[in-house]
Order: sequence, then C-alpha cells, then structure tokens
Amino acid sequence: MALTLNVNGTSHTVDVEPETPLLWVLRDNIGLTGTKYGCGIAKCGACTVHVDGKKAFSCTMKASAAVGTEITTIEGLSEDSSHPLQLAWIEGDVPQCGYCQSGQIMAAAALLSQRPDPSDLDIDSAMSDNICRCGTYAQIRKAIHRAAEIAGG
Amino acid sequence: MTTMEVDRRTFIVTSASAAGGLMLGFYMPTGADAGVMGAPWTATEDGQEVNAWLVIDPDNSVTIRVGQSEMGEGVFTGMPMLVAEELQCDWSKVRAVYADVNRHVQNFAEPYMVAAGAAKETDNLYQRMGTGGSGAVRRSRLYLMQAGASARERLKQAAADAWGVDRSAVTAENGMLSAGDQSGTFGEFAATAAGIQLEAEPAIKTPDQFTLLGTSVARLDTPVKVNGSAVYGIDAQVPDMVYAAVEVARVPGGSLVSYDFDAVKDRPGVIAAYRLGEGGIGVLHYNLDEVANRVTGIQSGVAVIADTYYRALTALQLMPKEWNDGGHGDITDTSIINGALEVLANPDDPSYNPADSVGDARGVIAASSNVMEATYTTPYLDHACMEPMNCTVHVTADRADVWVGTQNPPRAIAAAAEEAGLPEEQVYVHNCFLGTGFGRRSRPDEVRQATAIGKALGQPVKVIWTREETARQAKMRPYSVYHFAAATDANGKPEAYWNRVVSHSIFNHQIPQFLRDGIDSQAVEGLDERLPYDIANKQVDYAIRDSHLPVHWWRAVGASQNAFALEGFIDELAHAAGADPLQFRLDLLHEDSEFRRPLEVASEQAGWTTDLGRGEGLGIGMAEAFGTIVAHVAYVTVSRRGQLRVETVDAAIDCGHVIHPRMVEMQMESNIVYGLTAALYGEIHIDKGAVVEDNFDQYLMLRMNEMPEVRTHFALSGGGKWGGVGEPGLPPIAPAVANAIFAATGKRIRSLPIRNHDLV
Repeated sequence: MALTLNVNGTSHTVDVEPETPLLWVLRDNIGLTGTKYGCGIAKCGACTVHVDGKKAFSCTMKASAAVGTEITTIEGLSEDSSHPLQLAWIEGDVPQCGYCQSGQIMAAAALLSQRPDPSDLDIDSAMSDNICRCGTYAQIRKAIHRAAEIAGG
Repeated sequence: MTTMEVDRRTFIVTSASAAGGLMLGFYMPTGADAGVMGAPWTATEDGQEVNAWLVIDPDNSVTIRVGQSEMGEGVFTGMPMLVAEELQCDWSKVRAVYADVNRHVQNFAEPYMVAAGAAKETDNLYQRMGTGGSGAVRRSRLYLMQAGASARERLKQAAADAWGVDRSAVTAENGMLSAGDQSGTFGEFAATAAGIQLEAEPAIKTPDQFTLLGTSVARLDTPVKVNGSAVYGIDAQVPDMVYAAVEVARVPGGSLVSYDFDAVKDRPGVIAAYRLGEGGIGVLHYNLDEVANRVTGIQSGVAVIADTYYRALTALQLMPKEWNDGGHGDITDTSIINGALEVLANPDDPSYNPADSVGDARGVIAASSNVMEATYTTPYLDHACMEPMNCTVHVTADRADVWVGTQNPPRAIAAAAEEAGLPEEQVYVHNCFLGTGFGRRSRPDEVRQATAIGKALGQPVKVIWTREETARQAKMRPYSVYHFAAATDANGKPEAYWNRVVSHSIFNHQIPQFLRDGIDSQAVEGLDERLPYDIANKQVDYAIRDSHLPVHWWRAVGASQNAFALEGFIDELAHAAGADPLQFRLDLLHEDSEFRRPLEVASEQAGWTTDLGRGEGLGIGMAEAFGTIVAHVAYVTVSRRGQLRVETVDAAIDCGHVIHPRMVEMQMESNIVYGLTAALYGEIHIDKGAVVEDNFDQYLMLRMNEMPEVRTHFALSGGGKWGGVGEPGLPPIAPAVANAIFAATGKRIRSLPIRNHDLV
C-alpha cells in the first residue's frame, strides 16, 4: 500500500506493506543508506534516526507508525556536515570503520537536544544502546563534550 | 539531498570504463576537498597516472591508490602517507581510492617496485591486496615509499629536461618543482614524468628522515563517515537491482530437504527462489570432506528474490522449509570441548605432536616434588562484524561486477570468476568500506553465494544475510584448551614447563599444507619456541581436534587466546612462589629480552607498586603478535556483590616505529574493547549442531558504560623493527583483567568468558 513519509523535510510516497520496518523503507525505497542495519531487534543502535526529534530505532519501528511524523536521518542532520556533533567528530577523528557512526551521531544529537551540556554519566546512559565493534566509545564521549562546547559557543 | 537516477545504459557504459569503477545513486560528500569519496572506488577522470599507485591532476591534487582494505584500521590514510612521504606532494590535496583488483590480477608490478618490497606476497600489480596479519604498513611500506620516490624523481627529471638543468638541481616540495628561478607544479609535469625511464631508481628515506610519517594527520575517510555518505557493501545501489534473502542449513553440513515456494510466490514483490548448493545452483558446493568446498563452498539452503529486501526476507521467513542436520544433530559445544579435554587429560594420546622440546621437561616434572598444574579453556567465538555479511553482484554473459566490503579482493575475484564461469579479467570487484572485518571478511563465501544467485537471476541483485544468518554462518575463532605443568625450584622459579594444547586447527580446516609435522604454528603462537620466558626445560605438545564447525582467522588469531592461558599460568606460578607478579616475570625474562621494556613501561605508568584496597586489583598481561610486543596492566574493581569493572588499562606497545601515533592509540583502544568484549562475554554455544547466540541480545557486546580508560604508552625500540598494530593490543587484555581479578578477589579465572565465574 502507499504510505507517505516526511524524511529530512521531503515528502516521499512509497509502496510498502505497513509493517515494513522504517529502516528498510529509508534504505531500499527512499535510497538513504546512511542509516544502517545491524541487528534488526533494536539491540545495536546502528539504525538510530529521529522521529519528531526523538531517538528511534528504525529497525523495529513500523513504517506505518512513522506516517505523519518528521523523520530525520544522518543525511538530514545538516546540509554540509556542520552540525556541532559532525564538527566534533571530524575534529576528533572519531570513526574507525564508521559503520555504527550514523547511529552514534543521531543518538548523541537526541541527547544534546535534551541535555545541551551532558555529564559523562548522561552520555553513558544515553549512548549505551549503541554498539561500536571498533571501540570508539572513549572518542565518542570526548566528541560529545566537544560538540556541547561548540554548540554553546 | 537528492539521489541521482542513472539508467541502465549509462551503467553499462560507465562500468566498462578502464578503471572498472562506477557508482551511482550515492549521496556525495559535501566537502569538495574530501580526501575520500563516499564510494571508495571513485577514481579521478582527468589526471595523469605516473605509476600504478598514483595519479596527478592538472590542479596538482594527487590520487593515491590503496591496495589494502579500509575496515577502521586507517589504511586509507596510512597507505597514502607512505607514498606522499616520498612524493613530496601537497598532503592537503591527497585523495585516497581503492586500487583496482581487476588490474591487479591482469598485470605485474614494475620490477623495481617488486624489488623494493621485501615482504611482497605476489608480483602482481598491487603486490599485497589481502588485508590481515596486521601487515598493511609493515608489509607494503617499502614498495609504497618506492612508488612515491620513483614518481618524484621522474617529475624532477621532467622539469630538469624542460629547464635545461640537471635533475640534481631540481627540488620537489609540497607539490612544487623548482630550480633557481624556475618553478612549476607536479600537475604541469605529470604527463612527461609518466614516460620517463630512470637509469637507477632512488633510494627511499630512513625513519630519521621522515617528515609526514610519524605525525597524526587527520584521517582522510572521516568526512564521509559522519554524514552517511560512506558506501559500505550493504549500501551498493545498482540500477535494476533486486534483493535476495537467504537461509542455509543452520547446522554446518546439514541440508535443505524441501521448500515450498508456491506458498509465498504471490506475495508482493516476490520474484524467484533458488535452491542453493547441493541439488541447486552454484559451482562449488559445501562439503566438509574437501578443503576448498568447506572453506567457501555454497551451503545447502534457499534464496528468495524480491523487489525490496524486506519483501524477500518476509517471504523467506514465511516459506515452509524442511532441513536435515547432516548427522551433526547431537553435537554441542560441551561435547566438542569435552572431547578435547579427554585428549588433554591423556599425555600419551597418539594425536599429540611436539611443537617445542628443549631439555627434558617431562623427566624433570616427573622427578620433582614441586609441580604446579592447571587447565585453561577458551571458547569458540563469532567475529560479530558490525555490518552483517552481504554482497551485490551483476553477472552477464561476458562480465561480472561485484560490490562487497572484502579484506581479500583477489580471493573475492577468484570466487566470483569461478561461480560466474568467467576468466578473472572479466570480473570487477568494487571494494567498499568494510563495516569491520576482524578476519571474517577475508573468506569470500558470501561472494561465491551471491555470484551464484546473480548468475541464475541474470539481473543485479543485493544479497544480505540477516544478523542471525550472519551469526549462523559464522566462521569461528576456534576453541583451544591447555594443560600446563611446571616444576619449580626452592624459590618457586620454574625449571621445567610442559604445555599440552588441543584445539580446532584453522590450518587443518583450510590450508592443511601449512601444517608442519602436525603442528598448526598459529595454534601454539607464543607458547612454543616463541615463549617469552627463559625456562631450562620445555615441552609443548599439540593435538588437533576439529569439529564440524567452520573456523577462521579472528583478530589476533592464536595469540588471542594463548596469551590468556600462558599469562594466567605464569601469574599462578608467581603467586605460588609468593613473588610479585611483575618481578617474577622480569626474573624469568632474559636480560636482553624485548619484552622487558613494554612490561616496565606499562607497570610503571599503572602505578604497579601502589597499595590497593579491598576489591581492587592490578593485573599484567603481555604477548608478542605480528612482530609487536604489547604489555597491558589492567586496574579492576570488584564489588562485594561480585560486580566487576575494568577501570583503566595502561598499554605499552613496541611496534618498532610509528607512522601515525593517534592511529596506534585508536588501535590499542579498539583491540582492548574487542578483546575485553570477548574476555567478559564472548562464547558461542552449539546446540543440536547449530549456533545458539545469533544476535546481540544473546551475544553480548561491551558498551560505552563499560569502557575503561585506556592510556597508550609508546615503548618503541626502533631500529629494523616494524611490527603490526591492528591486532597485537588484543591478546594481553584478557589475562591482564583475569590476573587483576585474582589480585582483587583471590579468584583464579581459568576459563573464558569471565561472566561464567562468580566473583563473590
């Protein structure tokens, strides 16, 4: 059936079964491959996007549940990699393989929108849904603090 | 953003270009100066190739081709640095792109570049295209530096000829050539330089002359990894592409008995189904008895094709299927390990072969009244790459294209060529970024399976294994079990060491010709003549006890588990002697031992002599792997309720030389996280012959809230030593933590993972 989704400010009408996970609609139907498949059961965070500004695991969210919301993916976080988190990520050379980093950045962005100057504990608590097999955790934590600084001017 | 629409015709034309590279429909990085394009095979079109490794554009930007695979370890930065150090180009204008494996299999390298590479693996164009063994820098640095130096001298000669001066009068710096008041860019002279033959090739720099190497320049691949534009295999998009979901027998060696495609063929978007392997498609089918077949042979199963992945997957899951277990249905991990422990308990089992024998260890132990014995066990592990396995292919009558993140493009091309029924020259593997590899992505079983599906279908198809399928088709780190016996003198110092090791052998599984007199050298790494400690009488016996499971190289390979066992037993000896574990080790090391300095640096930085309170402990682990020695000192706390926390790790590394200090620090953190995850949680259970832990709800990963503070210390010996970096930080972490737990609690950990132990 046809569903209309608002992704990164653009409206997309897609022919999918309503229970299709948002992840696969983003990747296969809309062509936004920055959002990654990792586990399919909301246990790794690679698929993290924002739905109405809040963190969501797109691998377990039905597309039909996203109708009428504003969905933001990594591609829509900024036009030109200028979000404070992206700047901090670049400055700190955070990614290694990079596969989990879209999800990490989107989870961190949701955190910063709630807590503009998070503590280590806030970060650990908000980011522990996201697995990084390369082990960039310490660099992510540093970069989130740095992004908070950049955003705070 | 917008995605580009490219029609089939454009696709064919583009894909037939000499570079063999194309890609379409990708979100391109916004920074015009990005050092890497999202699609990492995207080559420059208007530049001049000076040699196979580098292309110089008229605007003086330089594209450097990378013959290794970028899976996080940093080769897209480190490899170009090696070339640029000699080339003297403007580093800010360097782009990195994958070297073309199709050219590699068709062409040989210039003899002078082969001569430069002491550790070359082939004479083919890019010499070493498999990434593993922590070898990217140490095994390709010489020919990469030669490529840069030889190109630089050709550029200088071209300028010298134009200016009527001697080449020695021309200097090359920062992408500029100059002599007296004459100057020009590399870009201006690149075309002439490409045709110049030198009478003799220049010598390359020695480490004391490095200017770029040794600095922590920004990674070239970071910009595409923060905005979703980096293209991993799973992101490949090809016009007219459809999707395949696959399921193969959960028990290795088992078979699909029947499936009922009719039950799902009318579901939306469903296109086709194919039986895989035995009785179905594919040239090389899985067969446990034949080496080639068991390594990449196509497992019996079924693929469902649909217009989207989710539709393919849903149809696959709903489709009725019947399986058999290939006679392996009674096997469990316990039955496998118990079988090995039986061999371990019998020193006279005929399957043992001596891996090392010095003096008369068995005799000394038999005669001694002070004998320590201990048994250590380590489990099977999955690589659990962040990116599930996948491969996209387009197979036609005269050409096959493959998009995959692979650690071994030549193996991928060979598997695809065989399955497509085409010569390798007609196969193009477009390597992508790898969502980690850890060894798993060096075995192109997914490429072979996907190529068979693509050939049957005759249309571009992306094959994705679910996380569960990826776990069930794990190519595991073998289990290994150890029995140590040592006879000690009056001071508790070992006079004799006897270690029996029984494991599932990777060599026996996939390259039996690498066994030497029954010994898998990787399985006894660090335990045989490579034992760090001076002990007068030594005996190491090794026995192979395989199972039906496929095994493969897993980060740090044999050292990943041997160090846990050895360093644990050494710690036991130290405590039995009433000695300080640091001093005990130092006393057992030869005075010239290369292990001394990393051990001293790590322990000093960790505050080894600090008095600790109840529930606190420091522990040491050390190992040599891939030419590098690493010593870790872990500081742990264990609560009264038995809750363990690894607080800090002081890590000292001697890899000889460092070309990018920050990258080494990141690899140490990476190895510690990967090794600590395995030490704390890692264990694959087998039930009814099949993998139990098939997703992250059961196969637990270290997360941010458990990340220790890692402090990396360089203890570099320099000289002729060039050790690897991507793996050696891993082996010492498990023993460092286990030994720290003993210091904190008095509980000795002799089996992994640690979570199986009650620390109260």
